[in-house]
This record gives sequence, structure tokens and C-alpha cells, in this order.
Amino acid sequence: MTAKLKKPDWKELMSGPRYARRKRGDMTLRAIGLSALFVAIGILVLLVGSLTMSGYPAFTQTYLTLNFDISEKYVSREDPFKGRFRNVVNDAIEAEFPQVTNRAERRRLTSMPSAASQFLLRDYVVANPHVIGTTIPFSVPVSDPYDQLNKALIDRDTPEEFRRLKQDEIQWFDELKARGQISSKINWGLITNADSRFPEIAGLAGALTGSFYALMVCFLISFPVGIGAAIYLELFAPRNKFTDLIEININNLAAVPSVVFGLLALAVFLNWFGMPRSAPVVGGLTLALMTLPTIIIATRSAIKAVPPSIGEAAMGIGASRQQAVFHHILPSAMPGILTGTIIGLAQALGETAPLLLIGMNAFITAVPASPMDAATALPTQIFIWADSPERGFASRTSAAILVLLGFLVTMNMIAVYLRSKFEKTN
Amino acid sequence: MATTPSGPLDNSNYEDDSFKTLGNTTAKNPRIVARDVNVFYGTKQAINNVNLEVGREELVAFIGPSGCGKSTFLRTLNRMNDTIDNCRITGLIELDGTDIYSPDLDVVELRARVGMVFQKPNPFPKSIYDNIAYGPKIHGLANNKAEMDEIVEAALTKAGLWKEVKDRLDNPGTGLSGGQQQRLCIARAIAVSPEVILMDEPCSALDPIATATVEELMHELKRDYTIVVVTHSMQQAARVSDRTAYFHLGKLIEVGKTEDIFVNPRHQLTQNYLTGRFG
Repeated sequence: MTAKLKKPDWKELMSGPRYARRKRGDMTLRAIGLSALFVAIGILVLLVGSLTMSGYPAFTQTYLTLNFDISEKYVSREDPFKGRFRNVVNDAIEAEFPQVTNRAERRRLTSMPSAASQFLLRDYVVANPHVIGTTIPFSVPVSDPYDQLNKALIDRDTPEEFRRLKQDEIQWFDELKARGQISSKINWGLITNADSRFPEIAGLAGALTGSFYALMVCFLISFPVGIGAAIYLELFAPRNKFTDLIEININNLAAVPSVVFGLLALAVFLNWFGMPRSAPVVGGLTLALMTLPTIIIATRSAIKAVPPSIGEAAMGIGASRQQAVFHHILPSAMPGILTGTIIGLAQALGETAPLLLIGMNAFITAVPASPMDAATALPTQIFIWADSPERGFASRTSAAILVLLGFLVTMNMIAVYLRSKFEKTN
Repeated sequence: MATTPSGPLDNSNYEDDSFKTLGNTTAKNPRIVARDVNVFYGTKQAINNVNLEVGREELVAFIGPSGCGKSTFLRTLNRMNDTIDNCRITGLIELDGTDIYSPDLDVVELRARVGMVFQKPNPFPKSIYDNIAYGPKIHGLANNKAEMDEIVEAALTKAGLWKEVKDRLDNPGTGLSGGQQQRLCIARAIAVSPEVILMDEPCSALDPIATATVEELMHELKRDYTIVVVTHSMQQAARVSDRTAYFHLGKLIEVGKTEDIFVNPRHQLTQNYLTGRFG
């Protein structure tokens, strides 16, 4: 008797337990997927949300407007730069509260305007020498404790011995506020000022410049070397055990922890070559070593994805191998190469450990003029500020992290945009 | 096309080492001479002891079942097999009397003199103008833009494409239809003024009308160039070629004038192939 296939009764099967179980399985899978997505988004929201909550006070700065008597007793017309502006500032704030005569109290009063006020005033007077001998209204930032008070980050109910500001300091501030001399402005100094021990004038300019120089050096080294190596390995190298070994090692390099590269930089660049410590050029070299494997791997996949018919067509009309590669294969692979490079650079921007080891976490209060000058980088600056005791640095650390995240997101979005444009034209 | 062999068919075993190709493998004043050519991919032999001469201003068609080595043999004629890693070639192949496998021959010059058109049209992802201009540019055939414009126009006209694209030379080559792309590839090969054009199944990716246009083009081109065409279609071989060579499993079984081969095949295998016993 030949074996037969029975025709199934689909109606009965569909309503049976097996089908119901399968449907439940599908729904469970969907539920798991959706909840995983929500958890991921939730964590992201939590991260960015908490950073914004703690960081937003850093985006504004409290200013004090006073009438400054640019007296010729302190500032000479011939050389205004050498004027004793500290005295000008002190006189201006003391003039607001003439009843304060006690030396200790006066010292506390004159600490209300930021210690940087004298330099800000000096720069203004040097640029506008006609104000010498007159009294001008001018806004200066208040020092950090008062800035925190204005932002309600200092709790007024704390007992005085534990409080950062004494009772009379708070009264002076409230009085000035009632007189309308206190204002809040957007803290552009966060990105235009260099680092300082005074949080009210501390900014990321030095760190941004240091990061920029380091990334430039990293790009200028890793881009040509990485692409050259990838082209050679993919299109010109013979396939033998030696090239296999090289390929394995490159893939391994991509997985090496970044702190190891920092140790390498310390031993070789700083110790052996004697390069300047804390310099972005050394940081850039270290980052280049780290980004190289990423660029090589991305370039190789981009080249592999170019259809071989293009190369064959070029060779068919008498192009040499080099001409086929550089005139046809490489331009076709370029979008993929650029995407990989941007992603690699975005990773390099956020790397902290190797830069710490070469000294880019020093306290540097000037914006570097060249890649050879000592500097910090964005992630290391965050590291420094996180450790600083002044209250103002707490919110500034979060703000700096948001700035760093902003750059990373922008670079990755550019990479995604390039990738989608490349997929569309293909 | 009815095949009516006159006399009994040769049934000699092609696998014997002593097998000799039937028909006249020589040509008067040959452009290409192939003598005792063997091609190996690693240890596997793809072409076995082929002797063939191709004359000037003629179109030779290579026909045969799939995997018989016709494309492989075609690619030896412009050394495209050099790009394949473990491909080894023995024997002699001469172009106008020069051994093309001699170490002091510039393979780049060879490939400009022996152009190739591939099965799937493969225009460069550039404009139509740049597609044609690329070859002349790298070989330095034009001294200025005016000369280059002339070369581009001449090549496109010869390929029968000029009227269709002369107003959109800056459009990408990949935006043309399949038949137009293949004619673009032919124009690209012509632009460097080759002596020989090799075509590897040029119409197999095209619809019948585009195929007819390309075949018409082949008729015109064979007046000025030596053309060797590999084709899967016997009808195409019958339509366009002057001589036909039948390959079977790496051996050249029979070669001769196209009318003779198709009407009067001499080997059993040729007869079997032509009558459709195997594809």
C-alpha cells in the first residue's frame, strides 16, 4: 500500500491549542522587543534628563551692575593697562553699602564681585580709553557662592555655621537685587572662556581647542595611513600566511583597551621621543593609533562592497591596476570610507583614558595657541571639573558633558546621513 | 537552420590526446595566432591544446555548451585572466606577431589594443562623456578638450548612440537603458581605437530589440575591427559571424566558415549541439 498524504482540516487546526500557543509566542516576542526598546529609550532619557537637570544652571550666569569710577587716581591715561582696577572694583561695591566699615565685613563684601572683575573692567577700559576719569555703569559676574545663591542652589535654611554664605552676605545680595542691580545672562563664557579656578568665569574654550587640535592631528595621520593600508591589503597584497597574520592583528588592535595606548604614548612619545607633555599633538598621535584599526576595517568593507565589474571595465580599456583603483574603485567606496572615518573620529573625541596618561588633565588656564602647547581635551576637562570642590563646577560638569554629547550626536548624525545618501544612490 | 551533413560525421573521441580540431584553424594574414594553448585554474584544466588563428576584419563567433571554456579562452586574448589568482597559461598567443605573454610586453597597452565588452553592461558611475573620455585620457590620446570632444563624438557615433545622447552627455552613464548602456560600453572600448574587440556574450542581458541594435552594430564594426564574440545563441552566431569555432569541454572541436559549420558540420558533437541535443 503506497503511503498517502492526508489533507489537513485547516479550520480545525487553526482553532486548536497549537495555533493559539504559536500566536501567544509571537505576541510575547513582540512584547519583549518593545519593552527592550522602552528600557533602552528610558535609560537614554534618564541620562540626558538628569544631566540637563543638573547642568542647566551653568547655562546662565548672575551679573552685578555697578557704577565704576574710573578714577585717574588708580588708572593713568598713558598706560591704562597697568591701572589698579582691583581698587576701582572694591570702591564701587563699597559705595553701595557705605555703612560697612568693619575690616572683616569689608573683605567679605568685596568678594561679591568675581575676582575676574578687575580684568574684565581693565579690558573694557583699554578698549575705550575715553571713559577714564568718568563713572560708568558696567556689569561684572558675581563670584560663585552668590551665583549659586541666586540660582537657589544654596539652601537659606541651613544653620549659619554650615552655610556657605553668612547672613549679612545674603542680606547685601538681597538688597542689591531689590535695587535691580542683579541680572542673569546667558553664560557664553562657558564656551568662550578658558579654564579657571573661579567657576563663574571658567569655560571650555581651552578644552574645545585642545580637542580640536588633537582630532586634527589624529585625522591627518590616521586617514591617509588607514586608507593606504586598507587599499594595499584589499587590492594589492598577495594572499598568504603573512597577510593573514597582519589582518588578525589589525582586528585585535581594534579591541585593545584605550588605556594601553595611553601607556604606550607615555613610554614612547613622552619618554623616548621627548615630546611636550599635555600637548594635543601627542594626544592626536595616540588617538590616531586607536582610530587606525577602525578606519582600516571600515575602508576594507567599503572597498569589498564595490562591484568588481567596475574594476574589470577599467582594466578592459587598458587602465593599470593603480588607475583602476584610484580612478574608479576608491571613488565608489568613498562614502562608506567617510562614514567609517567619522564614526572613528567620534569615538576618538570621547576617549579619556589615553589622554589622562599623557597629561592632558593638567590645570591649564590659557587657550592653546598651537598643537604643541599644553592643553586639555573635552573629556579630560570634564574629569577635572568633576573633581573640583567649588559648587559652581557641579553644574558646569554636567553642562560640559552635554556639550560633549552634542558633538558626538552631531558627528554620528552626519555619518548616518552620509550612509543613507550612499545607499540611495546605489 | 537545417543541418544536412554531407557524408558520415567524424566521431573521433575529443578526450584523446591525439584529437585534432576539424576544419581550417588558420587564417590569411592573421591578427591573432593561438598555438597549443592550455589554461589551468589550479590543477583543473579549462582549455586543452587549442590552436586557432583570427584574421583581420572578420568576426569570429565562439559557440559551445556552458562551461566549455569559450569565455576563458576569450579572456586569454587580452590577458584578463591575469587578475585571477591561480590561473596558469601555457602555449603561445601572438597579436600581430608579438607574443602577448612575453615579460616585456606592457599589458596596459595590450588591453587598449584589444578591447573588451562584458556580458553585463558596466558603465562607470560617471557621466556619459566621462565614460567615453576615460580611456583616451589615461592613454593621452587627446591634447585638449576640443580633441577629446571629437573622440567622444566619433566613438558614440560609431556605436550608434550619438543622436540619442548628444544632448545629455553630462547625465550619468548608469541612467541609460540596458541596450544603451551596452552600446555605451562598446563606444568606450572603441574610443581608444583598438585593433581587436572581444565581446563576452554582449547581448545575453538585453531584450530582443536591444539585441538587434547591438548585432547591427557588430555588422558595421567588423569592417574596421577584428571582432571575437562569445555567444550562447547559435542564431546570433549565424547572423553576425564570418567564422564560427565550436568549443566542447575545453577543446576546440571544429572551426570554419559560418555557413559551412551550420549547414555542414563535420563532427558528431557539433551536429549534436547545433540540433539542440545539449545546450
